[in-house]
Amino acid sequence: MTITEERTAGRTAPLLEVADLRVEFRTRDGVAKAVNGVGYTVDAGETLAVLGESGSGKSVTAQAVMGILDSPPGYVTGGRILFQGRDLLTMSAEQRRRVRGAKMAMIFQDALSSLNPVLSVGAQLGEMFQVHRGMSRKQARTKAVELMERVRIPAAKERVGDYPHQFSGGMRQRIMIAMALALEPELIIADEPTTALDVTVQAQVMDLLAELRREYDMGLILITHDLGVVADVADKIAVMYAGRIVETAPVHELYKRPAHPYTRGLLDSIPRVDLKGQELYAIRGLPPNLTAIPSGCAFHPRCPRARDVCRTDDPPLHPVTEDDGTRIPGRASACHFWRDELHAR
Amino acid sequence: MDLATGAARTLERGPDRGRTDLTGKPRSLWSDAGHDLIRNPVFVLSALVILFLVFIAVWPQSIAPGNPLACDLNKAQQGSQAGHPFGYDAQGCDVYTRTVHGARASITVGVCATAGAALLGSVLGGLAGFFGGWWDGLLSRIADVFFGIPLILGGLVFLSVVTSGAIWPVVGFIVLLGWPQISRIARGSVVTAKEHDYVQAARALGAGGTRILLRHILPNAIAPVIVVATIALGTYIALEATLSFLGVGLKPPTVSWGIDISSASTHIRNAPHTLLWPAGALSLTVLAFIMLGDAVRDALDPKLR
Amino acid sequence: MPAEAEPILEVRDLAKLYPLTRGVVLKKQIGAVRAVDTVSFDLARGETLGIVGESGCGKSTVAKLLVHLERPTAGTIRFKGEDITRLSGRALKAVRRNIQMVFQDPYTSLNPRMTVGDIIGEPFEIHPEVAPKGDRRRRVQELLDVVGLNPEYVNRYPHQFSGGQRQRIGIARGLALRPEIIVADEPVSALDVSVQAQVVNLLERLQAEFDLAYIFIAHDLSVVRHISDRVAVMYLGRFAEIGTGTQIYEHPTHPYTQALLSAVPVPDPAARDRRDRILLTGDVPSPADPPSGCRFRTRCWKAQAKCAQEVPLLAVPPWFHGTDTPAAHPSACHFAAERTTETATEDGPPRHADRDPEAELGLS
Repeated sequence: MTITEERTAGRTAPLLEVADLRVEFRTRDGVAKAVNGVGYTVDAGETLAVLGESGSGKSVTAQAVMGILDSPPGYVTGGRILFQGRDLLTMSAEQRRRVRGAKMAMIFQDALSSLNPVLSVGAQLGEMFQVHRGMSRKQARTKAVELMERVRIPAAKERVGDYPHQFSGGMRQRIMIAMALALEPELIIADEPTTALDVTVQAQVMDLLAELRREYDMGLILITHDLGVVADVADKIAVMYAGRIVETAPVHELYKRPAHPYTRGLLDSIPRVDLKGQELYAIRGLPPNLTAIPSGCAFHPRCPRARDVCRTDDPPLHPVTEDDGTRIPGRASACHFWRDELHAR
Repeated sequence: MDLATGAARTLERGPDRGRTDLTGKPRSLWSDAGHDLIRNPVFVLSALVILFLVFIAVWPQSIAPGNPLACDLNKAQQGSQAGHPFGYDAQGCDVYTRTVHGARASITVGVCATAGAALLGSVLGGLAGFFGGWWDGLLSRIADVFFGIPLILGGLVFLSVVTSGAIWPVVGFIVLLGWPQISRIARGSVVTAKEHDYVQAARALGAGGTRILLRHILPNAIAPVIVVATIALGTYIALEATLSFLGVGLKPPTVSWGIDISSASTHIRNAPHTLLWPAGALSLTVLAFIMLGDAVRDALDPKLR
Repeated sequence: MPAEAEPILEVRDLAKLYPLTRGVVLKKQIGAVRAVDTVSFDLARGETLGIVGESGCGKSTVAKLLVHLERPTAGTIRFKGEDITRLSGRALKAVRRNIQMVFQDPYTSLNPRMTVGDIIGEPFEIHPEVAPKGDRRRRVQELLDVVGLNPEYVNRYPHQFSGGQRQRIGIARGLALRPEIIVADEPVSALDVSVQAQVVNLLERLQAEFDLAYIFIAHDLSVVRHISDRVAVMYLGRFAEIGTGTQIYEHPTHPYTQALLSAVPVPDPAARDRRDRILLTGDVPSPADPPSGCRFRTRCWKAQAKCAQEVPLLAVPPWFHGTDTPAAHPSACHFAAERTTETATEDGPPRHADRDPEAELGLS
């Protein structure tokens, strides 16, 4: 398992590099700035968790990467998305379509609505092979069964002709995973893949996903709001707030000593056994309206650490260093007072 | 599988889900819809056309002071001339006057039939949806029976019995065949509204059936009925014209576009203008109502909100 | 947990069957979904009982039965000793004042066509005896203040608020009649993480202020533990286990509880390699055709012939009688036992339980 290592520039390009990505939604209520200069990288075999609440821009970023942003109302207004060194944003629609599905695939939260209800799962799985690999119907079906076995659907041979509604939620999510895996992509983006599932099923699906990622040496972007799931599977984490990355860190570092007050707030608001009977820590206020993001640091109205500079100056993503100035690999924080936050407590 | 479908759904929940707007004034969904409508050129245009049509239906004399029944065979099929911009028809009647006066029959039939069908349909459908059970089953089957009657054939049979050629039998016939469509919509939207948690919440508070129906279900179920009724109004006007054209709807001396289209159709080669004007007026009217319905639907669609 | 007080709510053998019918006009019953089956518990004044379980386990149906949104097929519900199970009309209306509900989805539980003032004021219109007409607006504004919203928002509509604020409106509506019991069905699961804590704190504050008893239903086990005095674990319509937070979370004796707890992701990456998960195989059986005997036996690694024949009762297992361990609490398992007696401590990982390879294959 690769924990993020600082890449020596130019040596090996990461599998995916998103830089300064900007996305806005032009709605009748005004322009919602959903993504405001987001950048992250994912290497092969690595799991990046993008953590954020609804409206943080975590899903919109992923949709922009996949090229499935609904446009209108959504527009990519700036930035680069380099996949294996090539900028997806400057590609033709046809080139992009070829990358999508074959090289990168996406898993959605709601498996039932992402599967076509009138086609059997076998037909939907097989379609990928017929379209992208030019296989015959029969070959495609054999491949479909193989895939279903891969994601451990019991009695795959008998169930290949069944329709999506005949499967349970967990099984449907497995079929979604099978579909994403079909062409052995190099990058999988999973958008809240287990949010709709029960705890026991969630554990099965996350295990499967982690195992397949290892087996195929894929990059995995896991988009979620669940701090528990992140702790279980991620190598590194990017925390998003109001369309920006506010903190990045290797997973162990982030939970041990967050360097942004928002991250700390999220971690502290998890109920803990030793604090039973006390008030939960709660981040005050509400996530911002994306059509009117607060000036300066977007988090300042909710931040216990906010001072005047936070209201006026938008903090860049600083590299995080130890007291003696050594950089902590993979760490950065968009807080003016990251040093105080890092050493708090 | 098309990956975009899933994405579209995610987007519906949108990046601005959960946004707050506490700076503005209280905005009900109705006032929001009204606000959208006024800014929608399609709505403004179709509403202006409809206002104009209603105006001439009520006061045709204001822009066409002539008598639509005063005809002079000597002038038959003459073209446009001073004071008579649309020319004369085969009977020597002034096409302009007849077209303007024809609006009354069309609008009356359209409005009355829609009002009747909407009232009957939404009450029956709404009750079926609200109470469910055998009442729902019975009503839905009855609606199906009426739904199965072909409009034109039914009109030919039903209206050939009534020979008066007056407006009310036509209205009655359209109501009779039109209500099932509305009742289906009403039933569906009541069933949907009934399932909402706020209805459960009201029940948990101890609210009675009347309160739940009037306060919680009706205001949330009425929007689709309004939309369908608006669009139906346009089609009912066209249906009246069709029936009149076939000779079973309105009959002279009533002035109607359908009658004029019918009589002009035999002279389409030598006097096309006699067909053009009533047919154009009819198309414009039907189109205006359908576009209005479309605009209203866009404004009321909660999914876009 | 409050001391042995007179329970405010006593539920005995509650059951709800939904008939499965076929045919449109002439409906024929072809079976029944046993959504809730012989559920019993007490609730003390000011106490919080958490009910956890996965989707379809019947926890929401229990909520609906308690607030009389559904009629039970069997069993009794007693409020302060009075049987309220089959009340109707005026008597039911009076009882409803005492048991109110907070719903899961703040987006669908508020009527979008009513102002916030009308929504919170509706309870007073339905029960005019609670607040005289002239007083209602003031009461509504007071309630808004109590749940932490600006009292000037009375004329706003629900869609002008965020999810967390809407949930506060829903809570204010539930509080309006000054109930003694609030049934909260997943009240925070639709909310953003940073807002969940706010609403949980609000619920706890209100409980202290108004001496409320809560039935708190959720699938998030850590939230339930935080807020509850006692916790019941539900599986396929039945309670599998019930006890205090410590008893259930640290000394579970029912295999299902053990599997459920082991599957919860822990927000501590250091623990990930030490975790010992019981991965359940297969799916939850259909409640229309539940397994005989113990409902969990099809997915249980301890299952034996007895489990298919005898329904295990929810009681303190006899082998724990007279002992003083925290494991001695009601558990509906023939073989109730802690996973491994010596290691189930808070930070040490419990050891692997012996697994039956047949059960792994999912004998459903």
